[in-house]
Amino acid sequence: MLHGYAASLLEGTGLTLAVAAASLAVACVLGLATAAARLSKSRLARALGATYTTVVRGVPDLVLMLLVFYGGQMAVNALAAQLGYAGFLDIDPFVAGIATIGFIFGAYLAETFRGAILAIPAGQREAGLAFGMGRLQVLLRITLPQMVRLALPGFTNNWLVLVKSTALVSIIGLNDMMQRAGQAAGATREPFTFYLAAAAIYLGITTVSLLALRTLERRYSLGVRRAA
Amino acid sequence: MNFDAIGEALPSFVEGLQVTAILLAASLSLGLVAAIPLALARRSPRAWLSKPVWLFTYVIRGTPMLVQLFLLYYGLAQFEVVRDSAAWPWLSSAWFCAIAAFAINTCAYTTEILAGALETTPAGEIEAARALGMSPALAMRRILLPSALRRAIPAYSNEAIMMLQGTSLASIVTLLDLTGAAREMNSVTYLPFEAFLTAAAFYLALTFVLVSLFHLAERRWLSHLAPRR
Repeated sequence: MLHGYAASLLEGTGLTLAVAAASLAVACVLGLATAAARLSKSRLARALGATYTTVVRGVPDLVLMLLVFYGGQMAVNALAAQLGYAGFLDIDPFVAGIATIGFIFGAYLAETFRGAILAIPAGQREAGLAFGMGRLQVLLRITLPQMVRLALPGFTNNWLVLVKSTALVSIIGLNDMMQRAGQAAGATREPFTFYLAAAAIYLGITTVSLLALRTLERRYSLGVRRAA
Repeated sequence: MNFDAIGEALPSFVEGLQVTAILLAASLSLGLVAAIPLALARRSPRAWLSKPVWLFTYVIRGTPMLVQLFLLYYGLAQFEVVRDSAAWPWLSSAWFCAIAAFAINTCAYTTEILAGALETTPAGEIEAARALGMSPALAMRRILLPSALRRAIPAYSNEAIMMLQGTSLASIVTLLDLTGAAREMNSVTYLPFEAFLTAAAFYLALTFVLVSLFHLAERRWLSHLAPRR
């Protein structure tokens, strides 16, 4: 049915998942840092955090990705020329894709994390401090573990949107599942078949993620009483 | 920053702005109109009505809009029946495919938003309608739907903003929207920062316009639920 292109599609799926996982790691680090900045006492940090989350969420992923890919290429080469390098540097679409998607979803995750931190009662933190814990200890033992539970629903949504956004890396030339589907479609003249296969794979990823994260959510909510 | 180049390209950005606005308005309005009956079906106790709608929203929300767009724009040409049909001039146009794909996508999300709002209708509103002797259809038309549509405004404003950003995919199927104008400018002048930052500024401005429009809508239709001052 797939004219022997199934292996190629699966290989592309691996790349899609790699891009998604790496972007998620970048986004989590950026998101935590930004959430911390938005909750800090420093007015400058709060303003920077707010600007980042507002601007990124107001501009399409595709525009940011093209900006990082083409603009990054130019900036890197200008920098290399300044340093006396004569050759031409190519930006790897894999790196550009991860950097962009990580940068975008850092902004979305920052809001999720911030909301989760705000939802933890202040008494929890104060109790930790009263027990003589250091601020880092309070963060690691009190705030973060409780934050996971509160952030999981928003995190699930962000992850699902992120996976779907990775389809855009095919536009900047990465050989991901979408691009392989396009190549197979061109070679066999059966675009519907192959884009439908791509859709089915994305749906599979979404479904597995949903089930896994729901299990995780149940695991983290064990200690919480639910009404009826 | 080469501001002269931006100034020169500004007319094509303004044209792109119009294309983006048309794509957004067309897909949002079609999607919303189709979502109302679908949301009612989604909430129906009859499984043969609610299950297909559930499947539709699950599949559309679980796959990238880019795939949906490609399925329509490139995929349909695979079938001879479609190529020979009277609708082919429509189905092969980028405009039609983009609006159709966007409308179907936003329809799925809007259906879920409306179904959620319908489900959270306060019991008292339904009981009051029944106590006044309204038939189920009348109560739906006069009480449940207006109430749900109002309460859906905040979530729907997020969906509209996501959709605005989604319309940038139209540039991939050759339409010259804002992103298309930026890609054109980049390929002609090779000034990526100027091109894409200008597009980003336009999108950001559009986002703020949408946000303030929905803010007005909330003040107009949702003020009865606002916290008292």
